[in-house]
Amino acid sequence: MTQTEEMLSELALAAAAAEGRLAAADSLEAVTAAEREVLGRRSVMAEAKKSLGGLDPDRRRDAGRAVNQVRERLEAAAGRARARLAEAARAARYESERLDLTERLNPIRRGRLHLVTQARDRLEDVFVGMGFTVVEGPEVETAWYNFEALNIPEWHPARGEFDTIFVNLGQPEEVMLRSHTSPVQIRTMEARRPPIYVVAPGRTFRADTADATHLPAFSQIEGLVVDRGITMGDLAGTIDEFVKAFFGGEVKSRLRPSYFPFTEPSAEFDISRPDGSWLELGGCGMVHPQVLSNCGIDPEEWQGFAFGFGIDRLAVMRYGLDDIRELVNNDVRFLRQF
Amino acid sequence: MKVLLSWLREFAPGIDGDPADLADALSALGLAVEAMTVTGEVPAGVVAARVLSLRPHPDADRIQLVDVDDGRGDAVQVCCGAFNMAVGDIVPLARVGAVLGGGTEIRRRTIRGQDSFGMCCSGAELGLSDDADGILILDGLLPDDGPGGASRPEPGTPLAEALGLGPDVLWDLEVNANRPDAMSVMGVARDLAAAVGVDFAAPEWTSPPSGEPASGAISVEIVDPTLCGRFHARLLRGVTGAESPAWMRRRLTALGMRPVNGIVDVSNYVMLELGQPSHAFDLAELPGGRLRVRRAADGERIVTLDGVERTLADGDGVIADGDDEPIGIAGIMGGRSTEIGPDTADVLMEMAWWDPPSVSRTAKRLNLSSEAATRFRRGADWGDNVERAAARFCQLAAELGMTVASGAVDERGDLPDRSPLRVRTARINGMLGTDLDAAAIGGHLRSIGFEATPAGDDGEDLDVTVPTWRWDTSTETDMAEEVARLHGFDNIERTVPRSSDAGSLSGYQQDRRLVRQVLVGAGCDETQPMPFLAPDDLAAAGLPSDGIVLTNPLDAGASVLRTSLLPGQLQAVSYNQRHFNPAVRFFEIGHVYLPPPEGQLLPDEPEMAAVALAGEEAPEAAAVLSALSEALALPGLEIRAGARPGLHLTRSAEVIVAGRYVGEVGEVDPAVLERFGITGPVGWLQLDLTAVLGGPHGNRTYKPVSKYPPSDVDLAFVVPDGVAAAAVERSLRSAGGALLAEVDLFDAYRGPGLPAGARSLAYHLRFCAPDRTLTDAEVSRLRQSCVDRVTQKTGATLRT
Repeated sequence: MTQTEEMLSELALAAAAAEGRLAAADSLEAVTAAEREVLGRRSVMAEAKKSLGGLDPDRRRDAGRAVNQVRERLEAAAGRARARLAEAARAARYESERLDLTERLNPIRRGRLHLVTQARDRLEDVFVGMGFTVVEGPEVETAWYNFEALNIPEWHPARGEFDTIFVNLGQPEEVMLRSHTSPVQIRTMEARRPPIYVVAPGRTFRADTADATHLPAFSQIEGLVVDRGITMGDLAGTIDEFVKAFFGGEVKSRLRPSYFPFTEPSAEFDISRPDGSWLELGGCGMVHPQVLSNCGIDPEEWQGFAFGFGIDRLAVMRYGLDDIRELVNNDVRFLRQF
Repeated sequence: MKVLLSWLREFAPGIDGDPADLADALSALGLAVEAMTVTGEVPAGVVAARVLSLRPHPDADRIQLVDVDDGRGDAVQVCCGAFNMAVGDIVPLARVGAVLGGGTEIRRRTIRGQDSFGMCCSGAELGLSDDADGILILDGLLPDDGPGGASRPEPGTPLAEALGLGPDVLWDLEVNANRPDAMSVMGVARDLAAAVGVDFAAPEWTSPPSGEPASGAISVEIVDPTLCGRFHARLLRGVTGAESPAWMRRRLTALGMRPVNGIVDVSNYVMLELGQPSHAFDLAELPGGRLRVRRAADGERIVTLDGVERTLADGDGVIADGDDEPIGIAGIMGGRSTEIGPDTADVLMEMAWWDPPSVSRTAKRLNLSSEAATRFRRGADWGDNVERAAARFCQLAAELGMTVASGAVDERGDLPDRSPLRVRTARINGMLGTDLDAAAIGGHLRSIGFEATPAGDDGEDLDVTVPTWRWDTSTETDMAEEVARLHGFDNIERTVPRSSDAGSLSGYQQDRRLVRQVLVGAGCDETQPMPFLAPDDLAAAGLPSDGIVLTNPLDAGASVLRTSLLPGQLQAVSYNQRHFNPAVRFFEIGHVYLPPPEGQLLPDEPEMAAVALAGEEAPEAAAVLSALSEALALPGLEIRAGARPGLHLTRSAEVIVAGRYVGEVGEVDPAVLERFGITGPVGWLQLDLTAVLGGPHGNRTYKPVSKYPPSDVDLAFVVPDGVAAAAVERSLRSAGGALLAEVDLFDAYRGPGLPAGARSLAYHLRFCAPDRTLTDAEVSRLRQSCVDRVTQKTGATLRT
């Protein structure tokens, strides 16, 4: 056995021992120690490499290859040992960090928009999509805006039907809580020239005692269109388009003759229910020429239509509320349902 | 207005068919059918029976034993819970086996040991009246068998036959204020006949004249022609005590009127049938048989038929007697002094036309209405129907045994103008979106009694004369409505006009939605209390009691308009605490109503946004404000310590944006909370949204993100309690200048280790330059200048 062969055989023995230790290593330190022992500066491997220098080229190549093979084998074994330990460490960490995600502490609680706001926003969005802008007006109004400009003179029997709530400003019965959103029609027509395509949502008031189906303060939305050549057919078509957009394409609409002092012809409009019956939704009609004149708009040049209905009722219908007073009770158990 | 099919058919016999189809036709005419009842269908097995004897039940106080003759021979024993019968009465008996409405089958029963072979029925149990309290006594309802007498049916006669009932249909119609004509059976018949295309005609009624001219005994003077357009008076002598006939009482009852006595029933019957109210004066109480129609003088008094003394005002219409004493309020209610009584022999019957606004004003002022007033306010008929109704009244009165004087007294005042009206075919089509010719339009109008003749150059238009029963109808637009009604709304082609502008929400409306989303994101639920408060609520909330007062509140607990959202929010919190939900986070957006300044009629109505955090303190409310401020990019937001009404004296502040007061933030005053029954603190924020969104906001400018690493510095200061953290932050920012990228207060500490009257405020400062990495020396200088500025400006010391 030459000196070289002896050295190689010693290296092989040391390598085999180191491989055993790497396989059994239970810490990164043990891996590093085993590596250093075989591959380090004063190791058998270092000695072997040193001894290669004295060999003739042919033998040096063969012996060098053998040394490298041992080194590679040991490095691979060390890598495997490190990977095994890293895997074990990860597993241990996962196990130690195990959580029950159904323990829901400190939830992020989002608040809720009021049911009426939700309905109003949706209505506004549908009408905006149909080319309307949204306008608003004061809730305390004068008799001019609430009645007279709307063709309801002081003696008119219709005035009594509004159950108006008056306030102690001005002359008796001169200032009131608006009994409908129609005053906004007048304010809009006074403020801008046609063409006008607006909807006016807002709170309205009637001297109704609160019960399961009535509130003295409730919300309406009202639409007004004034343009050249507007007809009753346009009114019926617009209502139909709104009904389909808001309630769904299968819902139909119809108009029935009615009476409002500020529109003529006037109508109630109904929507179809799945069982084929009709549900009254609101009132509408062609803007009365006198109302246009009252706002300085020439009724021979411009024509218009208006429509209006209750927002609260839509909310009540949608969720089948059995008591409309829930809308103003502000019970958190109610508010958080929607 | 209720109408019976059988009655309609007296004007238009062709009206026929499925009641549901007729109801649809009525609704399509604008006479919305609110209820439809098929009447006169009495269940089989219900017969007329005569009461033979009444005996107490031996073992029950509330039941008596009734023996009746039901026409089958032996007396039938029935246990009955009603006690309104007398021996000899004819009553309805449901025999064993009869099935009543609602499916109740009558069986033989034993009640406390006594057998019952059937049931005596109330009007309600048979669907014949609303009366459920007693057994229906048939004697007053039996059909007439010649003048003055009623035939008594043989016991055992089926009830329908005994009462002369046939099936009929009752419709309850919603009649709009512009349709005075439809407040009568005749008017409804006219419309329905036109819609279904059958003939319509009013019957002719006459009564045998006595030969005595009415004008010899009565006279009428219309002093104010603007009040009374027509006063038609008839004289009837020999008032009898006779009751009205059963058929008339049945129709009155069906249409919702209570039979009273012969002459009152006749008056009501004619009003329902023809729409003409009438009034009968006791002639003996009219000196000289004279009437004067005039306006009242302020303060005149009259006792009306209902026994109430009423004070009249200038402008009220009255009927006065020959001595000029008021004896009736025109068109509304007669007076007590000339009321028909048991001793009345002769009457003056008034059938008039009153100016609708005059009647309306008086009815409203006196808060007094009547069936007559309802019709006069809408405008009664002043034409031939007055004579027709008077003739009908006299004919029915004659049947009760009265004598009708010949002729009438008929005075006229100012009547509405009924000259022909030009109706342009193009205008009608332009309003409706139809393509009708003049012939079609004229045809529709003529079908309901309008006169329409071709007019215009080529006869393409129409001259229309509106009938006297349509007071409210006088313009071309009114004609369009009539045409639309008769043409059918469903037959108008639907089109959709297009706005030339894009639809949109205003900037304010979009920002308000953003505010809502921020508050919802902050965990607040939106509330919507009503804006009414009790008189004490504002004071209880620590606010000035200057809310606008309602003049006709529903109840005293809701008689003041809110000037702040605070009371309503506290009520909402209190309500939920009482219902075991102590920690709510609420917000509200709504108007408040501030008393108008001198010279302004309407209140200022800013829209406010409020947040109430139950169980939380002022800093939480300030945190919500910060979130809103960031979302809206409010420039120069300041929180300026200061007492606010209703808020905690040392935990509240004014919110200033761009130097302007826009709201308040902090905590509600514990004394206020106590008054509202609230436990724990309530964090509070209220912003004037109109001011906030009307002022500068939302302007954001782009600053390039630095590519260089920042340097972080922590500083803690001992700051005297009198110095606001905002002041410390201002000093830090001013010293740090553009290189101070972020300031973050991460700790505020009060307690051991600090001098009394001071707290420690600790800040993270992040310095960064856009164009380079700051050197240690630079950061050190910046740090020092921050420390120097804070200690010099605020009196704070660096905490080491």
